[in-house]
Amino acid sequence: MTTETPDISDIKADNVGDFRFPEDHKYNSGFGITEKTVDYISDVKNDPDWVREFRKHGLKTFLEKPMPTHWATKDLENIHFDQFRYYLSDGQKPKRSWDDVPEDVKRTFDRLGIPEQERKFLAGVEAQYDSEAAYSNVKKVVEEQGVIFLNSSEALQKHPEIFRKWFGKVIPTGDNKFSALNSAVFSGGSFIYIPPGVKVKHPLQAYFRINSEQFGQFERTLIIADEGAEVMYMEGCTAPKFETATLHSAVVELVALKGAKIQYVTVQNWSSNVFNLVTKRGLAMEDAEVRWIDCNIGSRLTMKYPGVIMKGKRARGEVISIALANTGQHQDTGAKMVHAADETTSNIISKSISIGKGRATYRGLVHIPKHLKGCKNNTECDALLINSSSRTDTYPAINVRGNQHATQHEASVSQVSAEQIFYMQQRGLSKAEAMSLSVNGFINDLVREFPMEYSVELKRLIDLEMEGSVG
Amino acid sequence: MSIAVPISESKASTLAPSASSAQSHLTPDFTRLSDAPAWFQNRAKAAWDEYQSLPMPALKDVAWRYSSAKRLALDSLHTATTPTDADKQQAIKQSHGLEKTAAKFIFVNDVLVHTSGTGLQPVCSTGILPVAKDDELAASQFDTQATGPCHVICLPFAEALKSHGDVLEQYLMKREAQLGSEKFAALHLAHVRAGVVVIAPKNAVLEHPIEVFHWTSGEGALVFPHTLIVTGDHAQVTVVDHHGSLHDEATQSIAVADFVAGPGSRITYVNAQELSLKSRALHISSTTVGRDATVKALQLHLGAAFSRNETVSDLIGEGARSEMLGVSLPFGDQNVDMRTLQNHIAPRTYSDLLYKNALYDQSKTVFAGLIQVEKGAHYTDAYQKCRNLLNSDEAEAASMPGLEINADQVKCSHGATCAPISADELFYLKARGISDHESRKLIATGFIEDVIAKLENESLVQHLDNLIEAKFARMI
Repeated sequence: MTTETPDISDIKADNVGDFRFPEDHKYNSGFGITEKTVDYISDVKNDPDWVREFRKHGLKTFLEKPMPTHWATKDLENIHFDQFRYYLSDGQKPKRSWDDVPEDVKRTFDRLGIPEQERKFLAGVEAQYDSEAAYSNVKKVVEEQGVIFLNSSEALQKHPEIFRKWFGKVIPTGDNKFSALNSAVFSGGSFIYIPPGVKVKHPLQAYFRINSEQFGQFERTLIIADEGAEVMYMEGCTAPKFETATLHSAVVELVALKGAKIQYVTVQNWSSNVFNLVTKRGLAMEDAEVRWIDCNIGSRLTMKYPGVIMKGKRARGEVISIALANTGQHQDTGAKMVHAADETTSNIISKSISIGKGRATYRGLVHIPKHLKGCKNNTECDALLINSSSRTDTYPAINVRGNQHATQHEASVSQVSAEQIFYMQQRGLSKAEAMSLSVNGFINDLVREFPMEYSVELKRLIDLEMEGSVG
Repeated sequence: MSIAVPISESKASTLAPSASSAQSHLTPDFTRLSDAPAWFQNRAKAAWDEYQSLPMPALKDVAWRYSSAKRLALDSLHTATTPTDADKQQAIKQSHGLEKTAAKFIFVNDVLVHTSGTGLQPVCSTGILPVAKDDELAASQFDTQATGPCHVICLPFAEALKSHGDVLEQYLMKREAQLGSEKFAALHLAHVRAGVVVIAPKNAVLEHPIEVFHWTSGEGALVFPHTLIVTGDHAQVTVVDHHGSLHDEATQSIAVADFVAGPGSRITYVNAQELSLKSRALHISSTTVGRDATVKALQLHLGAAFSRNETVSDLIGEGARSEMLGVSLPFGDQNVDMRTLQNHIAPRTYSDLLYKNALYDQSKTVFAGLIQVEKGAHYTDAYQKCRNLLNSDEAEAASMPGLEINADQVKCSHGATCAPISADELFYLKARGISDHESRKLIATGFIEDVIAKLENESLVQHLDNLIEAKFARMI
């Protein structure tokens, strides 16, 4: 990270996201969630009527649905919905230039290195600060290709015809309690449309930042890749560490039309007071491909199972997942693969590392219904336990109908081998270095799937998490 | 489980008040207990209360995912009635089992109708039994006065209750059911009267298996077969349970089989379920494996419209080994539901689970297994594999292999596969002039044979192969 500017030199390397600026909100929905909260958000955002209705329906569903604690962790009961604020913003429109972004916000993203990355290798950036985007820009070349990259509020106003067609279609409001909550109070997130045949060379990026205490961030992202289009989207996130809990509950919908390809990369590094309960799902039509590359390092509890519905022939779905759970963290991640057409293939590779008292859970669903032909699934999940109080769980569910498919699931749990550590120590590495090298080796083949800049960052983050866990 | 207990007040006031409840048609005959030990009377009555207070497992219950407790609905059932002489004769005639057995018991509708066997006299009748101490079977708690190997005690349940009440008090259903059928286990305990209790003292080795047949007769008959095996140091026993229907009627079996393996002992157990295709079977089993002991248990699901096993292995002593095996080959609209738990409590324990299903027609299997490695159970080796061979376009297999690891230095893996017969294998056989049908049968037989072979008992393997062969013959 950069340390030349004096005002950030005091930040320690291991908590790069742990700083905050005073709150300055023009719009604040207050604590708790009621119909008034929803109306308030609709009023502030000047929603069309159908969106207001959509929100109301979401609220009703949210209130009706029970917490899924019959299968999920009891830690969910520690979420007190009346102790969050559901909408906070300064009422400004997203800026096209960093110079116009308010000073606090600009310095926030400067510290996180976003403008620098943008110059280097991104095709477009959207930066969200609490409930609304502060900055949103896409490079001119990309814009000229007809690519639409906006925050979801703007897209609603400017492109209702594309937006409405797919909005809420991949993940219905009633999918789960948290997708319903998001439907009620969503704000921010990206809307991307890639025209037929356009292959976006460089990744588009969104960065989500929570600055305020006792706050819930509910962005909603919708990406549509038209026939034969290709795009890579990356998201990152951080928040300062508060004493109280913070809630992040996003809904991300991807639509890959015939022959299109979407890659969605997440590096999640929320602070350890954040409940990160996210619903992500992609729809892959004929010959299309949806890939989720998902890395979870931060948060208190993450529950996230990116899914792909393979709706067209020969569609492909893939989830590559890395999870790192340190003391006080529970990474409950996994994948969902729903095969709904012939000759569809899916692949899930998940690697988790539990450090200290951390708990990593893999939860998966593979569904191949009847009367399909030639579907294939491969699932591999490997877990590494670093300390004797670390914990790991695996709960896959595979449902296959018919005799024209092949599925295989494999999982293993292991430790860093004593021989490996001994070998490296003999060659002069400290035990901690040897351990770190070993862990990086464990996930190396997956880290390579991330864009270069991210994989370097990822390795650094993992080294930081490993620090102090050995010896 | 925390469950509201609406009738808990009636607990003290005997059973009369609850007779009005919807489940009262299964009220146990408590008069059968008149000469049973007091502790058993109390437990049976408490179990009846518990049964009535527990709700039927709900549709969204994770322990019943992809399946439903409704399949075991008890509404149209009644406790099996005393068998007729004709049924008794038929049962004895049909009980073809192993060539050589140490003892053979035949029950019809929970009534003992035949017993044979030698070498089972209760020579070491007192002070020979393992006593649970700090979760570990203490090695020294066995009779050391007896000279030479002791004989194995093998008694029908009712008799064992009288003569070895102290052993039963210690071990009878002490491991609570936890894989979804708590309610049915309580019903079993309230009704249990048939089955076999095997007590193998220190060093007792049985060369041949003990074989038990449980037959049901009568539309809607409900039976509660019980098996309890307790072994002392280095004892070795094999027990084979058969469950069958005498007629083509809808009957139901709610069986419980518990094994307590003392240090260094070996238990081999087979549950061969061949109930009529209208019937339903539930088998709840728990195994406690002590230091250096080995338990192998096979679930062979052949009959019944719905067959479910809930099998738990607790590995409580260092060096304990548990092999959990399962085979099913459902056809028509048969449903097989398998739930397992490999629970590693002590360090340096080993468990290996292998379940294989060959599915035909519209049949369906559900496998849900969990390896749980508790805190402190370091150096655990645990494996779990479920493989499904899908032979029809309408067959359906659901697999939920699970891991929960809480310890260090653990080697664990699990795998689940679903696939059709490989085209290459089929081609190979057909190229040698074997018909398509015969080739498929051969491949399926080979597929499940390696599970059966793990029993490492030639005559037992041969016998089970015959049962499987007979099932293939019925499927045509």
